[in-house]
Order: sequence, then structure tokens, then C-alpha cells
Amino acid sequence: MTDLAHIRNFAIIAHIDHGKSTLADRMIEKCGGLTSREMKEQVLDSMDIERERGITIKAQTVRLSYTAKNGETYVLNLMDTPGHVDFSYEVSRSLAACEGSLLVVDATQGVEAQTLANVYLAIDANHEIVPVLNKIDLQAAEPDRVKEQIEEVIGIDASDAIPISAKTGMGVEDVLEALVERLPPPTGNAEAELKAMLVDSWYDPYLGVMILVRVRDGILKKGMKVRFLSNGAVHLVDQVGVFSPKLTPVDSLGPGEMGYLTASIKTVAETQVGDTITDDKRPATTALPGFKPSVPVVFSSLFPVDAADYEDLRDSLAKLRLNDASFVYEPETSAALGFGFRCGFLGMLHLEIVQERLEREFDLDLITTAPSVVYKVHKNDGTMIELHNPADMPDPTHIDFIEEPWIKATILVPDEFLGGILTLCTERRGEQIELTYAGSRAMLVYRLPLNEVVFDFYDRLKSTSRGYASLDYQMDEYRESDLVKVSILVNAEPVDALSFVAHRAQAESRGRAICQRLKGLIPRQLFKIAIQAAIGGKIIARESVSALRKDVTAKCYGGDVTRKRKLLEKQKKGKKRMRQFGQVEIPQSAFLAALKMGDD
Amino acid sequence: MSAGFGVYVHWPFCESKCPYCDFNSHVCEGVDQRAWREAYLNELDRYAGETDDQTVTSIFFGGGTPSLMAPETVAAIIERVRTRWTCTDDLEVTAEANPSSAEAALFSAFAEAGINRLSIGVQSFNDDALKFLGRRHTATAALTAIEAAQKAVPRISFDLIYARPGQTAEDWRNELRQALGLAGEHLSVYQLTIERGTAFHRERVGTADEEAAVEMLDITAEELSVAGLPAYEISNHARPGAEGRHNLTYWRGGDYVGIGPGAHGRLKSADGTAAVQEIRLPETWLNAVQTKGSGTQKRRAVAQEERAQEVLMMGLRLTRGLSAVDFMAATGVALDTFLDRARVCALQEADFLVFDDAGLRATPEGLKRLDAVLAHLLA
Repeated sequence: MTDLAHIRNFAIIAHIDHGKSTLADRMIEKCGGLTSREMKEQVLDSMDIERERGITIKAQTVRLSYTAKNGETYVLNLMDTPGHVDFSYEVSRSLAACEGSLLVVDATQGVEAQTLANVYLAIDANHEIVPVLNKIDLQAAEPDRVKEQIEEVIGIDASDAIPISAKTGMGVEDVLEALVERLPPPTGNAEAELKAMLVDSWYDPYLGVMILVRVRDGILKKGMKVRFLSNGAVHLVDQVGVFSPKLTPVDSLGPGEMGYLTASIKTVAETQVGDTITDDKRPATTALPGFKPSVPVVFSSLFPVDAADYEDLRDSLAKLRLNDASFVYEPETSAALGFGFRCGFLGMLHLEIVQERLEREFDLDLITTAPSVVYKVHKNDGTMIELHNPADMPDPTHIDFIEEPWIKATILVPDEFLGGILTLCTERRGEQIELTYAGSRAMLVYRLPLNEVVFDFYDRLKSTSRGYASLDYQMDEYRESDLVKVSILVNAEPVDALSFVAHRAQAESRGRAICQRLKGLIPRQLFKIAIQAAIGGKIIARESVSALRKDVTAKCYGGDVTRKRKLLEKQKKGKKRMRQFGQVEIPQSAFLAALKMGDD
Repeated sequence: MSAGFGVYVHWPFCESKCPYCDFNSHVCEGVDQRAWREAYLNELDRYAGETDDQTVTSIFFGGGTPSLMAPETVAAIIERVRTRWTCTDDLEVTAEANPSSAEAALFSAFAEAGINRLSIGVQSFNDDALKFLGRRHTATAALTAIEAAQKAVPRISFDLIYARPGQTAEDWRNELRQALGLAGEHLSVYQLTIERGTAFHRERVGTADEEAAVEMLDITAEELSVAGLPAYEISNHARPGAEGRHNLTYWRGGDYVGIGPGAHGRLKSADGTAAVQEIRLPETWLNAVQTKGSGTQKRRAVAQEERAQEVLMMGLRLTRGLSAVDFMAATGVALDTFLDRARVCALQEADFLVFDDAGLRATPEGLKRLDAVLAHLLA
């Protein structure tokens, strides 16, 4: 146990590629946490996807031992926070475990929207913020302009910003000194009842669930029985330790300290981020503030491209959930796509990460239906349902009104692209709250319906700004809206997987787009095929696939019949993947392709 | 009249392989005619052993290029069939022939050997088209060959391939009219299809676009009907009564013996119908016949359901359709029992099929889309 005065807990806030991981690596090196042989580039991001995409999904800590210029040795706990808007609650809990933050800004780029959101979270957590200007060694670095921007946009004093180059190691010593000098030590009472915050948890194949904790009061010891305040579950602590960054067991963790515990817990779902862990024998009566269970906001269905992969998908989802309790799933059956799962995610990126891990780590070929948000459907009988799947929308005659979730989005964009972004936001029913300039960059704050954002908004934002715009958002409120469910009909029969909810003003154009797409994908047959988009009983768009005019084998003699019949057999087998729509049968692959194209 | 009983003789050799052809043909020089002749005769004897209660209505020499066979081989085979089976008086004996001058010179020898019908692989009367199709003859040679054939045998037919890439409907109408001036009582006209395993498939050669292909199909029907040669099958036209009997046996679900490399046969057996397939590779087949006394690769019982599908697939190719009597004779099951009523009704309503006491037939519109109709009917 370390005395409080010699502990500093800090997070690093940075935009992707602004150098967070490189700086962390340098600090680990300086403090001798790993020998150079053990140093792997970017120690912190351990998952493949994290490393490739520069996104941190799980919080992690590294305990550094630093001997300062004053001759004293300090424990510096580096908290690596998840790095994306979808995980803003997780980020807020990681930040709550620290007393200060390093704000790392690329001196050649300036502040980005994501940085901004996290800085505000840090300010909310009463952090002492130390600005750090990275990549100062590059020709394009503009430290003065960036300092100005930090002051203007974020509103914190940047005069003491530390110029560094994480790549060369220049200035890293100054950063470590600043942590000791400028950050307050943690507070806490070792004699009080145990209160430790559950910062994050993950599944380790050897140790079971590992829980990352920050002790507030009391002492967490190996062998004690701990209780989770959120659900009352009691577990025997097998091991307590710290990351140096290697796993290093210790006897106990006291106030202000960060580390891990294991307690033979089988699934991550049993542990909730932000929960309070206390001593079962001498429990704390009040929980630490800020806990809230995670709620999925974006829903989408996953179907295996090959129906034979269904069991594999089910097993893979279960395995994935061992380590990521924030996504939820339940079985779903679609007339058009067969068996699959309806899944809920924290946001679009979370959806992508889960999909990518399923495809990569579990080798599954998946189809994802268009993402949908959670609507509150108020029915005439006074009841309200939370709608996770457009297919479950009640008949319009039973609906009093519908509410949809809105977000507050912050967009930073070079002003030359501002016009395009404003148009995009308007098209997506956005309401402008704020438009300010910082140098040649504009900061836009908009209220937007979430369902407009899950539908290719981010891609459009990037293409409109040639990749320069950055976006961050937080959930805002539910508002009543003129929403309709658009059904896609093939020969007058609905294709459940393609139905969607849209604002009435956009229903027609989106319905038409899907009809046109399907027209190009459905093979022509003996009979004409009608493709329609409808709101309730009203057709709002229609297309048709004309009937085949000629389809006949020119030659068929004695020996050919065997071959032709085999062809027919093959077709028949393919029928298992066909869906009957009136007189015609349509290959599932056409619907899959329609959904795939939606990704573009 | 029954569907008949045919004997098919496959001669697997060609002088060159055509880029559209996916038949079992091989280019080989110095074929030992004697050895092959013996092998064919052996096979005939073997099959006669189990089918000599049948009356043979036709013999067909296909290939490959059977006009490359020595006339004495042809004569020996015909003679052996006549010895081992009862044959009808009007036995039809057809040989496929290429219109090269060398082969045309042999037509009268073939006639002497017993061939009474020649089917000539003209394919086109346009030299550019012939080149594209990889044919070794010219349009002039084709004319000469047709004349020689007409002198040599009482019945002739020739093949044309159309709906070639870039060919227009008007081109085709002209070509067809030219052909009609030369045609006898029978004409086979095939739309070009690109089959797997052919040079055209490898080179990704296309065909005429669908719009043009449909128009050419209509032109063919129109021109040939006016000329008194209506279609009796998807690609075969004849003056009524002059249809190729051998192929009618296939389409009506009749039985046939197939000898030679890769030949197929359908034979009645105790438990229904047997499908017989000969070894594909020429040398392997020859060797098997010589050493084991049989060139059969595979013989299997065809399940009733499968046989019924086959008979439907073949029978609906005929303009007159599939008769209930032929279906029963070939499969042992009644046509109206086998068919899925709902599916037939849907196809009747769409005017693709007609189902009545006589049997089941495709309408002209149904014939144009027969593959899709069959898929709908049987799948």
C-alpha cells in the first residue's frame, strides 16, 4: 500500500492518431515498467481490432513507479480509457477513477470533436487537466495556434502546455514531472468501509473475469468476501494485483490505488461498470455516485449468410458476450432471411466492432440489417412499448404517437466544408444550437434524431468534408415525431427484414431507393414481380421486374437429359434458400445483397 | 404408335474441336478402324442380349464426326443391328456429317452401307460466321455437300447455329431464307449457347442479347412455318411426317441403347428403367471393351420420380407435347397423378401450358421459356 501523497491517478485524452499510445509507451519505458525486449509497440491496445483501428474498447491501467526530481518515488497510475463516443459512459467511469488528465493534442492538427467530448467529461469529473502538445518535432507543428484553439474551444488555460514528441521521447520527462507537481493526490480513508469502483471488466481464459478497480475508501484484500452493491452478489476474492504493466499480484489495495481483482466470476455480464464493490462483512451503505446500467441504443439484426452457420453464430455471440456485456441479443426469425439474432449495441461503432469480431475471430459471414434506434410507441390504449425492431411496429390505427431519441452532436470541421455539413444536418432534420469559429475551423452543435445518424450519416459527413470533419454525440431526449413504418412488399407480401422506420418526409425517397435496388437484384422469372414500398396500406413507391422473355435450352438429346435434370435438382436444392412471394420464389441472396448494398 | 426403340452409336473423333461444342469429342489421328469396329460389334452383341425382344426403329451415328468412320465400319454396325434385333421395315439410319469435300465424297458409300438419312453440320452460310464457329468448311463447300447428300440418300437435314454475338434479326432472316432454298424436309436450328468446358466459355464469348434472341426465335418460327417446316421440337423443324424418328424416341420417353465412348442409354429393366453410361475417354472405352467385354462406366436404376421428371423435361420440348399414353409407358405412373395440380394451374393461367385429356404441352410462349416453366413445374 502506498500513502496517498505519493499516488497520482491520471487518464490520457487524445484523438485517434494524436499519440496517446505512443506517449504511454514512452512513459512505461522511462519508468522501467518493461525491459525494452518486452516492449511491444503500443502495449495498451491488446486486441487486434484495437490495434488496427486505434480504438480502445476496454479500460486498462498501468502502474508506473517514478522517481521525481524531488528525490521521492511516486506511484503513477495511467488509466487508458475507451476511446469512442459509443462508450462515453465507460469513459466517464474511467475518468471518475482519476484525479487528472493529460490532454494530448497533435500540434499539427488541433483539437478534434472526440477530444472535446472527453475533455468535457474530464472537466465534469473535476480533473486537473494538463495540456500536452505532441508531434512538436514536425515541421507542420503550430504550437501557438493550437494553444489558442485549446483556450478558445475548450476554455482551459494552455499557457503551461508541455511541448513533446512522443515519438522521439522529447519532453516525456516534463510530462511525468507535471503529473507529480500539478495533479492532486487522491483522497480516501483506509479505516472506512471498503468502497471500490468497478471501472471495467474482461474475460481472461485462465483467470476468469478480471475486474479493474479503483479503491476509494477501505482496503481490498485477497481472501475477503466482497459484495457488489448493484445486485448484492457476493464473491470470494482469489487474487488482487496491479498491472506494471505485467500482472503483479499484491496483498491488498488501499485508498487511491488502482488494480485488479479476480473472484471466480464466470461472465462479464455479472459485473457492471460503475458498480460499487464493498466488504461483505462490513458493507458500505451508500454506493459511489454515477452508476448506471448500460442501455443499448442502436439495434440491428445479424443473420448468417449460410443458414448452416446459425449454431456457430449463436455460440460466437455467447462467447463474445462473455467479454462484452454491453451488447444484448435475442433470437429472431425472418421470413426473408431465415434464423438470426436481434442485437442491441451502445452505438454504431460498437455494432461495427461486434460484427467485425464475429467475422474475424469466429470466421462467420454475416448480414447486418439496417440499424434502428429504440422508439417509444404510445398506443391508443395508453400503453407504451419500446420498439427495438421495425418489424414489431403495431398497426398504425393503434398508435397514438411515437417518440424517437435525439442526440446532441458536436461537429468540428474546416470552414471550407461547412456549407456541405450544414446541408447534411438540415437534410437529416437537424436543429442548430451553436455555430462558433476557432481559427479556420467551425464548431457546430446540432440536435439530431439518432435514427438519421445511424443511417450512413457518419459516412456522408466524412465524404462531404474529405475526411476532415469529426463528430461526437451524446444522447439527448425523446421527442414526439411524425414517424412511419415503411414496408417493402414483393408481390404484395412484406419482406420483414427490409422494413424500416422513417420520418414521413423521407419515407418515399428511401422506400423508392430500396425498391430500385431490389429491382436490380431479383432475377427475372416466368412472372412479373411487383416491388412496392408502403406505409400501412398506402403504396408510396413501386418498381417491377419484368418477366423472362426467353429461357430455353437449345439442344437436348439422349445423353443431355441426365445433365439437365441434375441442373434442375441443383435449382431445387437452391430453393431451400428461396422465399416464396405469391407465385414467385426469390433467392435469399437478393435480400442479402440489398442489405449489403445499404452498407455502401 | 409407340415411342420406338433406338440404337445410338457414338464416334468420338473429330478433325478439330469446335469452340462451342461440349459433346464428347476428341481430336486423334490414326484411329484403328478395325479395332473400333470390333469393339462396337461386341457392344451391340452385349446389349442385344438383354433387349433383343425390342423392335429397333432407328439407328443414329453421332459424334464427334461419324462421317470420319470408314464406310465398312458403318456397314458392319448396321448389319449387326439388323442381325441381332428385329427392325422395322422403314428403319431410319441417320449419320451426322461434316460438309467437307472429303467427307461429301463418301456420302454415296455411306448410303451403300445402309445410311438413309444424313444430318449435315452446316451451321451457317456465312464464311465469317463459320470461321467464328471454328468450322473447317466454307459456305461453298456446304452447298456442294448438301447437293451430294441429296443425291446420296432419300432424307437429309442440316444444322444452323444462330443468335451469334453481333448477329441482327435481319441478318438471321436473310440467312434463314437462303437456307430454306436448300433445305429438304428437315432443318435443325439452334440458338448459340455457351457451355461450360468449351473454348467459348473460357474466352467469355457472349451470344446475341436477349432482345435480339427473342426476335430471332420469333422470325424462325414465322419463316419456317410459312415454308411448311413448322417446329416439332424447340430447335427442330420438319414437314409433318418427316420428323427425325430417332430423336423423337428420346423426346417421347422411348428406350435406346447407346454404344461408344460417353454414350448414354435408357433401358427397361425389371425394376423400372436403367440409365447406362459408357466410359467417356475413347482409349479407355476401347480397352475396356477389348479386355473386359464391356464399355459401361455406370449402370443405375432410375427412380420413378426421376424418370418421370426426365420424361417431362424431354416431352415438353415437343410442339405436340407429352401424351398421357407415352408418359405412362415410360414411367408406369399416370401423368395427372404425377403432376402438381396447383403448379400446372398457375402455368395454365399464365398461358404457358395446356393440360387436357391428350396430355400436357407448352404453348408457343411456354416453349420460349421452357427451362423456367420446367423449374416451376418440377421444383
